[in-house]
Amino acid sequence: MSDATHGDRNSDFSASAWQTAGKAAIYILLIAWTIVCLFPIYWTITTSFKTAPNVMQGALIPWADYTPTWLGWRSLGLSPDSIGAESTVRSEFLKRALNSSVASLASSLLAVILGSLAAYGLSRFSYKFGYMRNSDILFFFLSQLILPPVVLALPFLVLYKQLALLDTRIGLVLLYTLTVLPIVIWIMRDQFESIPTELEEAALVDGLSIWGAFFSVILPIALPGMIAAFILSLVLTWNEYFFAALLTSTHANTLPVMVASQTGSQGISWWSMAALSFAAILPLIVIGVALERYLIKGMTAGAVK
Amino acid sequence: MSQGDLLHVVTADDISAGRRLFGRAIVWGSALIVALVAAAQTLQQTGVADFGFQTWRPVLYAYILWAACLCWSQVLIRGEQGKRTLFVLPAALFVISLTVFPLLFGLIIAFSSWNLSSPLGRQFNGLDNVRQMWSDPFYWNALRNMVWYSLAIIVEYAVAFGLALLLNAEIRARKFFRVAFLLPLMLSPVAVSWMIGKSMLEIRFGPIARLARWLGWDNPSFFGSPEIARFTIMVLDAWTFIPFMMIMILAGLQAIPKELNEAARVDGAGPWKSFWEITFPLMLPVSITAVMIRFIFKLKLADIVINLTAGGPGGATDTVTSFIFREYRDRSNVGYGTLLAMVYLVIVIVATTVLMKLADRFARPRT
Repeated sequence: MSDATHGDRNSDFSASAWQTAGKAAIYILLIAWTIVCLFPIYWTITTSFKTAPNVMQGALIPWADYTPTWLGWRSLGLSPDSIGAESTVRSEFLKRALNSSVASLASSLLAVILGSLAAYGLSRFSYKFGYMRNSDILFFFLSQLILPPVVLALPFLVLYKQLALLDTRIGLVLLYTLTVLPIVIWIMRDQFESIPTELEEAALVDGLSIWGAFFSVILPIALPGMIAAFILSLVLTWNEYFFAALLTSTHANTLPVMVASQTGSQGISWWSMAALSFAAILPLIVIGVALERYLIKGMTAGAVK
Repeated sequence: MSQGDLLHVVTADDISAGRRLFGRAIVWGSALIVALVAAAQTLQQTGVADFGFQTWRPVLYAYILWAACLCWSQVLIRGEQGKRTLFVLPAALFVISLTVFPLLFGLIIAFSSWNLSSPLGRQFNGLDNVRQMWSDPFYWNALRNMVWYSLAIIVEYAVAFGLALLLNAEIRARKFFRVAFLLPLMLSPVAVSWMIGKSMLEIRFGPIARLARWLGWDNPSFFGSPEIARFTIMVLDAWTFIPFMMIMILAGLQAIPKELNEAARVDGAGPWKSFWEITFPLMLPVSITAVMIRFIFKLKLADIVINLTAGGPGGATDTVTSFIFREYRDRSNVGYGTLLAMVYLVIVIVATTVLMKLADRFARPRT
């Protein structure tokens, strides 16, 4: 009996040792991957405060390895001493940022409106358009996801030219809406299917119309899902480069196009490129940190039943 | 999907004949306007008559009017049923007009020679584009690269699964790690290609190049040889998209009841065994969804390639999208590029269908 307990204590000890080692391994791996994820961002921030010799030396830690200067931000017109002065680069940057914001916000909003309505309809009623029933209609919407952008790009280029939509924000908004619409429908269908139909039935008995029930009963419940779909669309459209590069030139081009066009042109001034890149990714870093919950909700919709 | 309405509503519609007639009238009336405007436009284009149109915009406006009338008429003609149709109709019209029309139009362009900068305009050239494609080694090379890039998803999946398992373990500061792991997904590929590809991989003083030299690689060049360049692009793309699969797999892991693993432990199964016998099979459906979505995103891979290597060295890193992008930008030949894109679309559809069928068979519970 005592032997048995003794043996147990021994195995307990080795088990707990193993457990501690396992824990340590887990944390080491976690921290290693965190460095992999965050170091590029850190590198970009610090580089935007470096001068040429600092970059050549590969200085890593500000104040210890080098003295930070506002060099990169001054070239963007965003440093403390240049913020009051006129700056063509800054106005250019702000114009591009405005284009990006308008294109991504408007297209995400439009996609969420169109997509939510369609997803609600498909989750509640049975349709028949010709031979197409609900599952076919849903497949039609979701199949747009497979369509590679490059297939649409050149026909759109020609069509937009004829319609005078080339290099306009409206043109970009339409295309971006199209690209994120299937994702929104996917997320929202999952959302609506989790809402019991009894809720609307009660509302309908109370004398509301279908649309009235949708707006006053369903919409408030489905709002978190809609926000998730909106945020995910925002991320995808803000970062979009391919269409923007093809379809815009001077008026409507977005931040990614500006970042891409800077890389080759002016030799390489590391600090200003770093400042520009960081300014371009900053809004999404903020969104990612602040609204991480919604992003995850959006990405996992429909994945787990 | 069920065939009956999930919402059972009895509605008494009495729609007067006049209202029905009005509904039909506005649809056909607006359709007539579209036809008239389009006809006038065509006449002007061919030089028969001048209506003073600068662009095809009027046709677009007429079309929007028609679409609005169509939606309105649904309610007018079909009452309550029409109101239901109104949920889906706007999105359907939007998608149809923005994909089906351009695709049909694209089919016409694909069989013509059309240099946008030449004054000749579009010229039908039959199967010339197909012949050119057949003997274009760079296009086939780009397709072959796509296979390589797609195969990289397997490794990405393994890494993502590992990270999800780490995040699912009993750890502190889980939220911090989750946000940190998610951040690469937020960054625009263009910025990433500068931040990492151009700056950190800089041969002389990029930190990764320094690290490589310190590890004993004398002359680190990340875009020098074809294999290494392709590998670098794969790594960069993986870096941005691993969080996506990781989050999906993590959601799947969290949905697994804790009792299952505990029961396995009581039965004497080690962690290794219980992972392969319980966790992994349960994760199959989620994994397949994640991999399929990742595959679809992989097919669009272009931004990093366009900005970092422009397909080089010698086309080793070209994706189909970046190849067509350059084909258009360098030669502004819309016709040939569109044909290549159309062929790509067919290949993509076939590949996804086959993959989905395979996945379906693979995921079916083993009995």
